[in-house]
Amino acid sequence: MTTDVRVEVNYDDLIPNNVGLSEDRRLLKALEEWHPKFLEWWGDQGPDGFNDKEVYLRTAVGVDPKGWAVFGHVKMPDYRWGVLLAPQVEGRTIPFGKHKGEPVWQEVPAEYRSLLRRMIVVQGDTEPASVEQQRHLGATAPSLYDMRNLFQINVEEGRHLWAMVYLLMKYFGKEGREEAKNMLERNSGNEDKPRILGAFNEETPDWLSFFMFTYFTDRDGKMQLESLAQSGFDPLSRTCRFMLTEEAHHMFVGESGVMRVLERTCEAMKEAGITDPSDIEAVRALGVIDLPTIQKKLNFHMAVTLDLFGAELSTNGAAAFEAGIKGRYMEEKLDDDHQLYNEKYPVLQVVNGEMVEIEEDAIAAINGRLLDDYIKDATSGIKRWNKAISKAGIDFELVPPHKAFNRKIGTFADINVTPAGEVVDAATFEAGLDQWLPNDTDLAFINSLMVPCTEPGKFADWIAAPKVGVNQQPSDFEYVKLA
Amino acid sequence: MTSLRQHLIDPEVCIRCNTCEENCPVEGAIEHNDDNYVVNADLCNYCMSCIAPCPTGAIDNWRVVSDAYSLDEQYSWEELPDEIELVNLEEGEAGDSEATEILDVAHAGSGAVPAPATASVPQVNLWTRDNPAKAKVTGNFRITEEGTESDIHHIVLDFGSQSFPVLEGQSIGIIPPGVDAKGKPHLVRLYSIASARDGERPGYNNLALTVKRVTFDADGEIKQGVGSGYMCDLQKGDEVQVTGPFGSTFLMPNDPDANLMMICTGTGAAPFRGMTERRRRLNSNGKGKMMLFFGARTASELPYFGPLQKLPASLLDQELVFSRMVRADENEKEYVQDRMLKRADDVAAMLSDVNTHIYICGLKGMEQGVEESFTRICAAKGMDWNVIRSSLKSQGRYHIETY
Repeated sequence: MTTDVRVEVNYDDLIPNNVGLSEDRRLLKALEEWHPKFLEWWGDQGPDGFNDKEVYLRTAVGVDPKGWAVFGHVKMPDYRWGVLLAPQVEGRTIPFGKHKGEPVWQEVPAEYRSLLRRMIVVQGDTEPASVEQQRHLGATAPSLYDMRNLFQINVEEGRHLWAMVYLLMKYFGKEGREEAKNMLERNSGNEDKPRILGAFNEETPDWLSFFMFTYFTDRDGKMQLESLAQSGFDPLSRTCRFMLTEEAHHMFVGESGVMRVLERTCEAMKEAGITDPSDIEAVRALGVIDLPTIQKKLNFHMAVTLDLFGAELSTNGAAAFEAGIKGRYMEEKLDDDHQLYNEKYPVLQVVNGEMVEIEEDAIAAINGRLLDDYIKDATSGIKRWNKAISKAGIDFELVPPHKAFNRKIGTFADINVTPAGEVVDAATFEAGLDQWLPNDTDLAFINSLMVPCTEPGKFADWIAAPKVGVNQQPSDFEYVKLA
Repeated sequence: MTSLRQHLIDPEVCIRCNTCEENCPVEGAIEHNDDNYVVNADLCNYCMSCIAPCPTGAIDNWRVVSDAYSLDEQYSWEELPDEIELVNLEEGEAGDSEATEILDVAHAGSGAVPAPATASVPQVNLWTRDNPAKAKVTGNFRITEEGTESDIHHIVLDFGSQSFPVLEGQSIGIIPPGVDAKGKPHLVRLYSIASARDGERPGYNNLALTVKRVTFDADGEIKQGVGSGYMCDLQKGDEVQVTGPFGSTFLMPNDPDANLMMICTGTGAAPFRGMTERRRRLNSNGKGKMMLFFGARTASELPYFGPLQKLPASLLDQELVFSRMVRADENEKEYVQDRMLKRADDVAAMLSDVNTHIYICGLKGMEQGVEESFTRICAAKGMDWNVIRSSLKSQGRYHIETY
């Protein structure tokens, strides 16, 4: 139904947009030159093997609540990637930092140019990276429903790249165009030109990882985007506000995906009369993923994601806050002076090999605070997963690992901490890894379950069906037309 | 007891993505703690801006309650509470088709759908049971032929100096005086407004309702619905206690190029009378067409049959369908859905126009037949009704109000 689109965004242009692209010839030309390179990247690095299939995708046709979701079958390369910003708020002022109360900037202030550019590049780099990480998953999708959700996420991450590239090209001249080009040249896991952040160079080897990634890592995306949506640089704020709406679906796929895996495992255990979750062999024999292995995956993905927040105490973080470029999560809801010159914030850190909580200048601890907000938020979802397990009558609880566990970045990178939060020596830590993180046997087992299930309405045996379909479609809806 | 249709978020389904809070235009109407997102019943104005962006559907939950759940109660939930049945069926109120249950179930057919993009912003809940508006009856006429079973009245209420701003498609609540068998005040009855926003008579602070006297058989005795009986028996000059206005989605687009396809039976015609009259008064040069499928048993039982005959086809393309008036050349009873099939080409043309808004109003029973006709019409044209309908819904162009 391509005719059935309420156009608020200019879809007549090659690049749909609500930023008046046709009036900015220079920018339009730059984006139009980038467009074929993007499509080429999508072909090489995007979802492998499904670009000629019709997928039931949601396309944003407007940025207001009514127009942002139109559903229809489209081939992914024909998806209308575009530049969409949330509406400008009249009279908006900078909500925090030393410029607090001043009108927001519509152009980049010269003194913050490189700081802002770096921030946009780092955010932008994660978007194509996740598409690359997930490119082989389509082949083993546990259902057409899941396959569709994967592709929806992929095309939207692609659009998020467009959003960041727009900012770079519009506001950062030649350097910005260069950065935009580099976005397509770095490659997840590539030794010579890796993606900027570590977590985005880890492969997504199976669907449980995909769900964990979209739960934990996309939830980090939410926190980062929300903090950038506070920005005094208004175009960045508006871009991120709209991206947040799309990010929500990705988190939903993760949270409900893990939930469905748990439901199926518990159901199979009950049917077989298995009450001991640690009887891994017996559970695996049922063709479902045992709960301890799910815990290991959780440990891995949460720890990797915590690294994305950077050093807990950070001069860059402080500078970005003070400059009014990146705020705190839900800045407007926080009850303080939003400048933090006299505020303290407790930060857990390593002193002489021990973990101690120290009151630090709040402005230096911006990253640490966002990390804490994230852990709190991510833990709420784990509680819900546990509810499903206990509802099934199985005595097992998923536990978020201690925030110092298996960290490669920040204050905890130099010490060894167990998931329970105990500081141990390197040998003890190495010895424990087998029980804390997925080992080769675990991964091989999960991999053995990754067989595609492509009949409409059917699901692989290791995962439960979702409670509702996409856009309230019936359970046997053909989300991806493979024929 | 005043009933309220409270907007709630299902904590079992919500993933706390903050999209609803982000999209909510009313400061503080949606808030959260570490566990739950909650809706403040004092602040939510039913604008539905949060519904479409929610990735889970958790946002789309409603409970009819006498006292709103507080924020603290909502924060404490691990799952939504069960529905509380407010209408006492044993007392026969279920037979009163225009009664309170409209609040709860009238829009169930379409699910939560936003208002049309160009609809005016409605006022809701300005007058409550504790502080009702007092309207004066300035007219009450039977509009179906005497002697027929359908006793349908056109009732005009004037609000004098009280502000009671309404839009076509909204409803108002009426509180019948007195108490029920248990000595409690009667429940509020909801009626669709049958006039245009600027009054039954332009420039007057009045509005019209279309009310059918409901009778039902209780143990062999014919009884009448408390609400509809009270309304139909009102005399000119009587004072009526009114709450509302209610409804913020079943509204008409202001875009003069928008097409309206209106499908109704019986008193379900009320909102369409208002919408048609609005368009007639505007007399705009817009390209928008209006098409009406209107079913009744016979012409003499079809409300507003006379006035409808006077409307030019250029304003309103009408198909009046009478199920009890089987023509000699046709053996089957005909209903609105059958007539839709006969106009399949025109219906399909409207469906493929992005400016078309569809409204269905009347008895619940009509929904299925209408759906089937849409499915068949689309299939014959190589279109997929499921896909079209989901687009219509997400864009606020498909509205159902049935009871």
